[in-house]
Amino acid sequence: MIDLLGYGAFFLSTALIFGLVTLGLNLQWGLTGLFNVGIAGFVAIGAYSSAILTTPDTADRIGGFGWPILAGWGAAALITAAAAAFTGYATLRLKSDYLAITTFGVAVVVQLVALNAQGLTGGPFGVAFIPRPFAGVQDQSVLFNFANVAVIAAVTLAVYLALERLSRSPWGRVLRALREDERAAIALGKSAQSYRIQAFAVGGAVMGLAGAVQAHFIGFIAPENYLPTLTFQVWAMLMVGGSGSNRGALLGAIVVWAIWVGSGSFTAAIVPADLQARAASLQIVAIGVMLCLILLWRPQGFFGSGRRTK
Amino acid sequence: MAAEIVLEARDLTKRFGGVAAVNGMSLSVSKGEILGLIGPNGAGKTTMFDLLAGSVRVSAGSIRLMGRDITTEPAYRRLAGGMARTFQIPRPFPDLSLLENMLIARQSQTGERLWANFTAPRRIAAEERAAREKALGLLDLVALRRLADDPARVLSGGQRKLLELARVMMADPQVILLDEPAAGVNPALLEVLISRIQEINASGVTFVLIEHNIDMVSRLCNRIVVMAQGALLFQGRPDEVAKEPRVIEAYLGGASA
Repeated sequence: MIDLLGYGAFFLSTALIFGLVTLGLNLQWGLTGLFNVGIAGFVAIGAYSSAILTTPDTADRIGGFGWPILAGWGAAALITAAAAAFTGYATLRLKSDYLAITTFGVAVVVQLVALNAQGLTGGPFGVAFIPRPFAGVQDQSVLFNFANVAVIAAVTLAVYLALERLSRSPWGRVLRALREDERAAIALGKSAQSYRIQAFAVGGAVMGLAGAVQAHFIGFIAPENYLPTLTFQVWAMLMVGGSGSNRGALLGAIVVWAIWVGSGSFTAAIVPADLQARAASLQIVAIGVMLCLILLWRPQGFFGSGRRTK
Repeated sequence: MAAEIVLEARDLTKRFGGVAAVNGMSLSVSKGEILGLIGPNGAGKTTMFDLLAGSVRVSAGSIRLMGRDITTEPAYRRLAGGMARTFQIPRPFPDLSLLENMLIARQSQTGERLWANFTAPRRIAAEERAAREKALGLLDLVALRRLADDPARVLSGGQRKLLELARVMMADPQVILLDEPAAGVNPALLEVLISRIQEINASGVTFVLIEHNIDMVSRLCNRIVVMAQGALLFQGRPDEVAKEPRVIEAYLGGASA
């Protein structure tokens, strides 16, 4: 029973971290209509930033700054915001599918840098010994998991409340206007360029923060954590939860992560050992099928505003 | 004319590749007038509006708004500078409510700055209240108040034109460019539209309107500028324009200005 609770806390921690990333995407896509398919790249930038700044000195890798964890998180959010703002600036003239292809390219570049720039990222070996919050009680796994989920839930709640305030504010109203008709918004005195860069930066900051929180939760990161599958998962979470809704983003993250984990253990249980590696693809199939069902049954997702897709 | 010039375009030219959609067009609009801009299809009227509003970059020539050179100023700054425009095909934000559509148009809102939403929530709330008040008043004026909380996509074509007019009024503009306000509007709403334009004009706002509805143009405008092939063909009072052989020829084809 206690083990189950501990596992529940562990599950929820991961799901809420995904929820954070999805909140960031909701600001960019749900509110502003920016087609960002480079999510994994921004999460990676946040994770590596915080990891590099907080880990102890390591041979052959830049580091040894030994910053406190919270400072690492803050820096991760700021650095990712800057990277996202730059991406936004560089892609100002691109819309929809062109923007998608470009952001996808950004994520591939980030992942390749993580894999190859050994002196900065540790290359394929990743970064280990990232300080974990509550490392002192690491041996008591239940207590450790509960303490972690409490911190992660607090961060998620703070970000959720801040984003709720922003989406209901005049600032959020401008983003929604840009999503609906950029030319009309410009004619009404709004600088589309400036708001687009802001939406990229704020959404990126949240994604980077999520990456940092996850890195410290696990204690180890490697380039294969940040493959396009991550981007796909987060998009599925937003679609299921309902694009445009912050509550939907969180709920979608929990539901999709449950299906992901559930289908993983299900296939592990029924598939013979020698086929396990291939059976892992069934997870993606499970998410894909569910996404199709949701889109047929409730296209706007659980909490979607019901606005028509363009 | 003794009246103060609020908007002045000099030798405006816009080339799209080899084609000059607007070719050395000049225009000056006096404070408080309703100027009609007419011409056959393809004469360059809408491009002229796009140039004045800044949504298309000028190839040559200059634009002055209340004496200030705005030729290269980005489009989004022109409303705060006092000039508003509406579109030939109205562009409401379809999934925003009518009220939100109106509130968007308010200029220099504190709450549109990201951080201010955390540092100055009270000031923003007060500004929002005032803006809401003004928005509801203007919606009342165009008979759309009862739909204030509905998404703008429910509006008919004519109501969209009214919403666009009301929406730009949120910014207290000095000059409003109206692109075919009467197109697709049913006769009853057209009367509402005409009388609102007259009322707004009486309060001191200057209008430039592109219109094909000659009846509306002659009712509203005291001066008409006729464009053909991207250039000025003729200007004068409505009755002079109606008699002018060059104008008639331009409309009937084979324009050789």
